[in-house]
Amino acid sequence: MATMSANRAIPAPKEDPTTKPFWDAARAGKFLIGLCKDTGKHFWYPRGCSPYTLSNNVELVEAKGTGTIYSFTVMRSKEPHAPAYVELDEGPRVFTNIVDCDLDALKIGQKVKVVFKPTEEGGAPVPMFTPA
Amino acid sequence: MSINGAAYIVGAFEHPTRKAEGQSVAQLHAEVAYGALQDAGLSKDDVDGFFCTSAAPGLGPINMADYMGLTKLRHVDSTDMGGCSYVMHVGHAAQAIREGRCNVALITLAGRPRAEGMATGTVPRSWAPNIPDDPFEIPMARTVVTSYAMVAQRHMHQYGTTSEQLAWIKVAASQHAQHNPHAMLPKPVTVEDVVNSPMVADPLHRLDCCVISDGGGALIVTRPEIAKSLKRPLVKVLGCAEATKNQAAGGIDLSYSAARASGAAAFAEAKVKASDIQYASIYDSFTITVLMQLEDLGFCEKGQGGKFVADGNLISGVGKLPFNTDGGGLCNNHPANRGGMTKVIEAVRQLRGEAHAKVQVPGCKLALANGIGGLLGHRHGAATLIMERE
Repeated sequence: MATMSANRAIPAPKEDPTTKPFWDAARAGKFLIGLCKDTGKHFWYPRGCSPYTLSNNVELVEAKGTGTIYSFTVMRSKEPHAPAYVELDEGPRVFTNIVDCDLDALKIGQKVKVVFKPTEEGGAPVPMFTPA
Repeated sequence: MSINGAAYIVGAFEHPTRKAEGQSVAQLHAEVAYGALQDAGLSKDDVDGFFCTSAAPGLGPINMADYMGLTKLRHVDSTDMGGCSYVMHVGHAAQAIREGRCNVALITLAGRPRAEGMATGTVPRSWAPNIPDDPFEIPMARTVVTSYAMVAQRHMHQYGTTSEQLAWIKVAASQHAQHNPHAMLPKPVTVEDVVNSPMVADPLHRLDCCVISDGGGALIVTRPEIAKSLKRPLVKVLGCAEATKNQAAGGIDLSYSAARASGAAAFAEAKVKASDIQYASIYDSFTITVLMQLEDLGFCEKGQGGKFVADGNLISGVGKLPFNTDGGGLCNNHPANRGGMTKVIEAVRQLRGEAHAKVQVPGCKLALANGIGGLLGHRHGAATLIMERE
């Protein structure tokens, strides 16, 4: 038995001055992640400081948008959906949803790729993932 | 400096209500505070230290201190770490007492999410404005149950844990709850009942989840001289520690909890080890929450929690580690969605020999209470408290 992911209404992300560039890029279909320029290490979620050194020597860089499922669940509500952690090829594990697929067939370790989903009230689209 | 021996828990009270249709949250705070003071043999004006969290109505401790007429306060602490706060507050109270900042500390918790019809675990919630992770997680339907479910899914993948093993945790809680006249779910259940209950968020079924209840509780912590002047059995604080665990910049590892750090520190302070503990109150928001803490506190090896909890090992009189003998959050109550308070209260009952006769651990001298606050699969805190009957 298959459980197709629902096209649920997604609340708009609340933008703030620090992360506005991330959401502007999302509107252009680009998936950005944080880069600490002190250490050369990527991080998630985007923020105004390096979680490795606490300096503000950080920038947003485009990610490949591919990775594997680290863990997931299927919320068995009227609109089934699958919150998950995806481990990006760049390293960071991103909390997201797995969409546009049979949720009963999901597996840890499965390869996925980014897809942007529109949000309510004309909000910025949010990065979700679908089987690659 | 250690708090080992610096303070005693002399008052404990759990509100009997599970649905507070006739009381406000503030009134519940007052009722549990009065109950704990009566239990200790103390009165309101003995209280010079007050502890609560943001679950208390008002700005930190200010409004509840006013409501309850606490006029002698010289030490307050409203540090909030979610449901484990009240376990942590016992340690903070012991520190304040050791430093001479207060003599009699009152810790209160109350809430009425059930009467208010709150969707506690299945709807995305923000704790407050301006939280930097919210924009990246609220749209992704981050809820309490999905956060904990991802931990369970990963545990099953990494260690081969099964739904039937997790179900044993609920079975044990229900075996205890049948003796508690206040328990919301007093009927014993089987492993089959749990795994056949509706799936909420894979792999957690409805019976893997705790109840939603109103009510609350309170504790009185005081210095040794005062404790020894009162008529109640002596419950000494041996050790208490807290820790937080983060998403680690994207390096989150769902295989362990902050209890690994809080537990190690508390055991070191108490100068005892996990195998010495005769009774354990383990925060049970979900069955997986218990499994993670048991491993991280060292009651069994990492990954062996499933085998450890199976076959009734947590049932008083049956297994090696009696836990949550009041029925816990899984069957008794989870007041204000914060289970740390009742965890300490039941441990105090066990050490006093005042648990229900059917679940009382004979000669219980050493007990532990552990809490988890926040979202286990995102970012959370833990607090560990070790107590001894003197």
